[in-house]
Amino acid sequence: MSSASIEKSETRKAWCFVAPALAWTVAFFVLPFAFMAAVSFASRVSRQTVYSWDLGNYINFFSKSYLLKGLFVSLEITLLVTVISVLLAYPLAWIIAERVPRRWQRAALILAILPFWTSYVVRSYSWLLVLSENGVINNLLLDIGIISEPLQIASSTTATVIGFVHFFVMLLTLTIYSNLIQLSPNYKRAAFDLGANAFQTFWHVILPLTLPGIMVGAFLTFVLCIGDYITPQILGGNNELVLPQIIMLQLGRRADIPTAAALSIVLMAVVTIAYLLCLRWLKMERT
Amino acid sequence: MSNKSGSTSKRTFSPAATSIALIVSMAGAIPSSALAKDELNALVWCDHTDTALIEPFEKANNVKVNLKEYEGTGAAFSIIDQSRPGDWDVFVIDGVDVPRAVEAGILSEIPAGKLNTADFFPEVVMEANNTSNGKIYAVTEKFGYNTISYDKTKVDPEDMKDMTKVWSDKYAGRVAIYDYYLPVIGLVGLGAGINTADITEVNMPIIKENLFALKAASKLVGDVVSSQTALATGEVDILVGGGEWVTAVLSADKPNLDWVIPKQGGLRWSQSIGVMKDSKNKDLAIKFVQYITSPEGQAKLATSSCFWGMPANKKAGELLTAAQKAALRWDNQPEYLGNSQLYPVPSADLDDLMQDVWTEMLQN
Repeated sequence: MSSASIEKSETRKAWCFVAPALAWTVAFFVLPFAFMAAVSFASRVSRQTVYSWDLGNYINFFSKSYLLKGLFVSLEITLLVTVISVLLAYPLAWIIAERVPRRWQRAALILAILPFWTSYVVRSYSWLLVLSENGVINNLLLDIGIISEPLQIASSTTATVIGFVHFFVMLLTLTIYSNLIQLSPNYKRAAFDLGANAFQTFWHVILPLTLPGIMVGAFLTFVLCIGDYITPQILGGNNELVLPQIIMLQLGRRADIPTAAALSIVLMAVVTIAYLLCLRWLKMERT
Repeated sequence: MSNKSGSTSKRTFSPAATSIALIVSMAGAIPSSALAKDELNALVWCDHTDTALIEPFEKANNVKVNLKEYEGTGAAFSIIDQSRPGDWDVFVIDGVDVPRAVEAGILSEIPAGKLNTADFFPEVVMEANNTSNGKIYAVTEKFGYNTISYDKTKVDPEDMKDMTKVWSDKYAGRVAIYDYYLPVIGLVGLGAGINTADITEVNMPIIKENLFALKAASKLVGDVVSSQTALATGEVDILVGGGEWVTAVLSADKPNLDWVIPKQGGLRWSQSIGVMKDSKNKDLAIKFVQYITSPEGQAKLATSSCFWGMPANKKAGELLTAAQKAALRWDNQPEYLGNSQLYPVPSADLDDLMQDVWTEMLQN
């Protein structure tokens, strides 16, 4: 058998292995995406979808302030949730990885992610009860005299952020913990040997080495948070809609699939930009 | 001896007999509906999902009724747009939107002899809506009012009789809005002195201004369940767009909740039920419509677990208790029917404008 025919046979084999994944991606991502992109250029006339190639839906998005605001509200909530979740998850992951004895770490992790075991919807409704005027938080603050009138936390953007943070702290704790646990203790020893104190060791050695884990978790948080519809719908009280809520309004109430498709493309563009930013940053870390 | 024989009989049980026994016992555990021959698919408001309403029909006809609930005609049309012809057999739709469904060609004619509306409240038969060119396409099944629901222990009931006081500073932050643009825009229009039938693109700015003022005074905008929950749990004290459908179902547990039609008037909602044109099971679908509009079906629908409302068929009154009738304000109907208007019926363009205003209000 010549080397050329061996190479050909290997290439054929490789394609055979890749083909199912490729077919899956084409069937369930590329084609639906192409269809959605094409539909986003259609329009809605007298409650009927008219297929055409115009930019009307995109122009509407940028000209109708309440649509554009949906994107800004989404970005605001997502960035806030990502930053707060990282700030809370990092110390938690660090405590589990560094301070909890090895044999208890698994149990500690299970405790940290225990809320994952509850339904996402049930958890959101539970937060609604906790944050309501007659809920645990208001009753506690009233009982100890910190406030004289109940705070209006439920049915607000604040409630949405709290619900999201509760969920994503768990996710980030896992990704950061898995990064921390893989770090060789020699890095720390070397830093101490070279005269660094605990803070300098953390800031100049541990943190940069765990940044890939933070970025992966942060990116996942960003993607899941910006596309979520349930938490804002339950906890936000329909005050200040995020973009997924506006997309649902187009689909659920107006059957306006072209506008919903255009808004979804905008949302995907935002996620792609976030991905490219993260990718670039991670590559910088690797060099 | 008996023990011995008993153990012998256990040992001699054949695997086949065991399998049969297992299948029989499992069959007993499976709900009768799962073994039914026919299935009926109905697109409905949530009040039709009450087992107490559906189960008698299922048992009587050995059929499984699959129910998909929605809120708002736009949502229903969206579901139908995304379905295949023949997916749905029965459609429950706002009475004012029946002509839209007829125009879209999705409803089937119901033979006149199949329905009897002689015992219905005359005001809600709505022949102009439910028929077209002399053909019957739907029949009214339930009605009620979108007005003001409130907690009478926390607000002044006298204030609730004047819409302008409802969203005044006095109750700022204690108001919820029912998240359905048509009745609330209609209600706000009435508050501004505009009849529902007179809402146009020209006077929408006035309604928009009032709607935004209402939103500024409100705490949340919620669907049937969340707005009802907010009022019941004390999260808010007033629900704009509420009515007997919110408070009547809670009348036994929450006697502090009440509702009123303000002096400016209220909106009358009505649901019609029809058979889908592409239904593959039209006879059964008509049977279902007949059941829902019968006194028995009407009484159960009126007091459904999701929300209560007046039955279109007066004969249902004979099957309701005095307490249920009181909660529905049965005796006040002549007055209420006189002081209420039907939902706005916007053109496609006006509907787009209304929905734009509504979304903008939510974002405000």
